Amino acid sequence: MKHNTYDVVVVGAGIVGAACADEFAGRGMRVAVVDGNSVGSGATAAAMGHIVVMDDSEAQFALTRYSQRLWEQLHAELPSEVEFDQCGTVWVAADDEEMAEVWRKQKLYKQRSVPTEVLDAKTLYQIEPNLRAGLVGGLLVPEDAVLYPPCAAAFLMNRAQKGGTKLCVGESVTHIGQGRVRMANGLEISAKFIVNAAGTASAELTPGVELKKRKGHLVITDRYPGFVRHQLVELGYVKSASSSTGDSVAFNVQPRRSGQLLIGSSRQFGAEHKEVDQVILARMVQRAQHYMPGLKQMSAIRIWTGFRAATPDKLPLIGPWPGDDSLFLATGHEGLGITMALGTAHILVDHITGRIPEIPIEPYLLSRVSQEHTHA
Amino acid sequence: MLEQVTISVNGVSTTVPRGTTVAAAVMLAAQPCRNSVSGQPRGPLCGMGICFECRVNINTRLHCRSCQIICEQGMEVTTDE
Repeated sequence: MKHNTYDVVVVGAGIVGAACADEFAGRGMRVAVVDGNSVGSGATAAAMGHIVVMDDSEAQFALTRYSQRLWEQLHAELPSEVEFDQCGTVWVAADDEEMAEVWRKQKLYKQRSVPTEVLDAKTLYQIEPNLRAGLVGGLLVPEDAVLYPPCAAAFLMNRAQKGGTKLCVGESVTHIGQGRVRMANGLEISAKFIVNAAGTASAELTPGVELKKRKGHLVITDRYPGFVRHQLVELGYVKSASSSTGDSVAFNVQPRRSGQLLIGSSRQFGAEHKEVDQVILARMVQRAQHYMPGLKQMSAIRIWTGFRAATPDKLPLIGPWPGDDSLFLATGHEGLGITMALGTAHILVDHITGRIPEIPIEPYLLSRVSQEHTHA
Repeated sequence: MLEQVTISVNGVSTTVPRGTTVAAAVMLAAQPCRNSVSGQPRGPLCGMGICFECRVNINTRLHCRSCQIICEQGMEVTTDE
C-alpha cells in the first residue's frame, strides 16, 4: 500500500477510531484505519462499558447525552455479543448531602429532558436489595446502559469495512502529519485528513497534545445472576473521578448479562506500569464491599488494569490540530470513551465535511485548552 | 463403624461417612456439579481446588468448590438444573 491514498486515515482502532471510521465510511469517504495492535485492544478492552450521562460540565453533559441517544438508536443493529443492556444507572446517596446532589441532578436532567426517577430509601432497597443498610436514596437514570466494549468496537469496525474501509493492524505508526502516516516498517499512507484517535498514545504521535495516563483497575466475579440489577455508582464517584490529583477509588458495580459483576473503580496518575496494584485494589474492593456486603461471599475470577487518556480539563479533544490542515484529534476521553465514541465521531465528521453538528464542537476544540492556559 | 452425616443434594438426603467431601457426596448422589456456559454438565476434575469444575451451591453460598469442603450435618447442596 506504499502509494495508497485515502480521504481519511484514522490512527487508532479503539472504539473512538472505529466509530470515526464507521461514520466517515457511512458518508462515502475512502477510509483506512491503522493500529499497532488489534481492534479495541487498548483502553477499549479494559473499559467497563457504561453508557452514562455525566454532568461535571455543560460540555460533558452535551456530549454524553448526545452519545447515549446515538447508542440507543444503534441498539437494534448491535449483535448479541455486544451485550447492550439498558439497565439504567442508580446513583446511590449515602447521606443527606449526597441526597441534595440527587435533587440537583434531577432538576438539571429534567430541564434538559433526561428522564430520571428520585428513589427514597425504601424504593432503593426494593430495586437493589443487596445494598447495605443506612443509605438514604438515589437517582435512577433509566436510559443509561451497559455494553461489552471490544465487541462494540469490532461491530463498528466491521460495518466500516463493509463500507469499504481498509483496516491495517499490527504495524505501529511512528509519524503522522502533513497528510502522511508512516509506519514502523517504512510504509507510508497519504490522505487528505488524518484523525489521531490513538488514546493514550496520541501525545507521542502529535507532540503538544497534553494527555496523562490515568490507571484504573477492574475486577470481574463469577456468575451471581440477579444480585445487582442496575449499574450502581456512589455519588461520591463524582468527587473521585473529577479530582485532578491523587489516587482515588469509588463504588461502581455493573451487572453483566452472564450474571457476572464488574467491580470498579480506581483512578491513579503517575502509575505507568500495567501490573495490578494490590494496595489500591484492596481499597477499591473494600469500598465496593462497604456498599454491598454480600460481595464478600463472592469469587473474583479476573482482575485487570487499563489506562485512560486524561486531559487537564477532563474533556476530550475533538477537532483540528492547529498548523496542520490535514490533522484532527479525537482523543482524551478519560473514562468516557465508550459513551462518547459515537457523539465524537458524529461531530468530528460533521465538522470535517462542513455540516453543522447536532451539538456544537467548540467546547471540545483544542483552542479551549490554550485559552484556559492564557487566562490561567 | 464410622460416624455418618446426612446432607441434602438437590433435595435428596444423602448419608456419607464423616470426613467425606461434598464433591464425593454429590457423585454418590449421581448428580453433576454444574453446567458450563454452553450447558454441558461438569463434575470434579482435579479434585484439589484448582479447576473450579466442581462448583456447587452450599446453603446460600454460590460457586463453592465442593472438592475442598467437608460435608456437615444438614448441609443443603444444590447444583445447576
